[in-house]
Amino acid sequence: MIERIKRSELMSRVWEMKNMGYRLVTMSSVDNGEDIEYIYHFDKDLDMVNFAISVPHGENPESISGIYGSALLVENEIQDHFGVSFTGLALDFNGAFFLEDEVHRAPFCAMSIKRLESNAEGGE
Amino acid sequence: MAPTVIPFGPQHPVLPEPLHLQITVVDEVVTEVLPKLGFVHRGLENLVLKRDIHQMVQVVERVCGICSCIHAHTYCMALEELMDVQVPPRANYLRVIWGELHRIHSHLLWLGLLADAFGFESLFMQCWKIREKIMDVQEATSGNRVIVSVNVVGGVRRELTPDQCTWILEILEEVEKDILEIKQVFIDDFSVQKRTRGVGILSREDAYESGAVGPTLRGSGVAQDVRQSGYGAYADLDFQPVTETDGDSYSRAKVRFREVLQSIDLVRQAISKLPQGESRVKVKGWPEGETISRTEQPRGELMYYIRADGTKHLERMRIRTPTFANIPGMLKMLPGVDLANIPVAVLSIDPCISCTER
Repeated sequence: MIERIKRSELMSRVWEMKNMGYRLVTMSSVDNGEDIEYIYHFDKDLDMVNFAISVPHGENPESISGIYGSALLVENEIQDHFGVSFTGLALDFNGAFFLEDEVHRAPFCAMSIKRLESNAEGGE
Repeated sequence: MAPTVIPFGPQHPVLPEPLHLQITVVDEVVTEVLPKLGFVHRGLENLVLKRDIHQMVQVVERVCGICSCIHAHTYCMALEELMDVQVPPRANYLRVIWGELHRIHSHLLWLGLLADAFGFESLFMQCWKIREKIMDVQEATSGNRVIVSVNVVGGVRRELTPDQCTWILEILEEVEKDILEIKQVFIDDFSVQKRTRGVGILSREDAYESGAVGPTLRGSGVAQDVRQSGYGAYADLDFQPVTETDGDSYSRAKVRFREVLQSIDLVRQAISKLPQGESRVKVKGWPEGETISRTEQPRGELMYYIRADGTKHLERMRIRTPTFANIPGMLKMLPGVDLANIPVAVLSIDPCISCTER
């Protein structure tokens, strides 16, 4: 149901979805401990296509907001909740989309990590 | 004139929910909009780590007060798939009946709020007066006016007696008559059209491209509705998505107005075909694996992603609510809107920030 793909294949697969006329439903993310899994959900005429990549903690995943503009909201949400930073994010709220600037925890991570370098002093 | 930045919300006389928009205007015309969320974020998704799968039914019902029943339906569908549970046909029909009653009351609530937004107070009161009849049905059949707590994993925990079904049909006849009376005002009146026609136009391409769902998508001419997939008992009911093509606030209002009548028809169909028998099966064990479940809420497509590891707690529950999907569409429709029409355009997506912030 959810295909696991290599991280290097992500952009080409997302472009493929775009060119085939699929709508981005949303992204989901799961903290697996060693890594964070990002699941991409697409739909066309009620037919869903789902694939996922795994990215180790501490590494930044690539944003797909350059391909699907609507991804910027969910990617900002994931940044807030999982303490990650997407590279190439079209509109980056720097971890303060859902959370306030003074919040230093990533609440959805099993092990909380600091979100931003500038927050390092108060980070947990 | 130099651009002026105006904060819209989180507290606004028209918008009862805490959404903040940073709106840039030039000569009172919107040129750019930036959203800010998080004023009532509750972290309900994370509660799966602390509440077992059956307790979570009550939690997801509280993701949104307006469509509590459909949240629980979606969640239960996901778990039933993971646990290979066959829900009795009667339960599927009962879920459709309560779900469509929810849609009627949600749309009537929104139609009233829209009338309030453009200053038509008597129309607002008429809509909410009609809605009260549906709230009475919900209270009488589920015990609550708003949080209709009927779903459980494996079926439903409330029943509808033949007398209750007859009474619901009588109430729906009254509601239909009332709705058709206000149709002349809502759909045909000059003043309503003056405030909604051409306001917040979202083209068919932009609606699809931005991932819009529900009446926001269908108001731009895209005939997509998750009920077409036939979940629950929808496969046995006669159903076609309601669409309008102008893509403005008036189109979105017309879609919801027509959907109220459609939901009345769906409840009638479901009651006329309501099978006899059990409405719940016993569920044993704990789920394992991952699945995706989708339903059509009053505001559009609702999606749950669930991952379970065979224990009583889920590993992850992700909820994508329809308002979250409609925000990019709203950001597309606002540039070019007059300052005075911003509340109408924002309201036209029927924003539910309670859902969005989960």
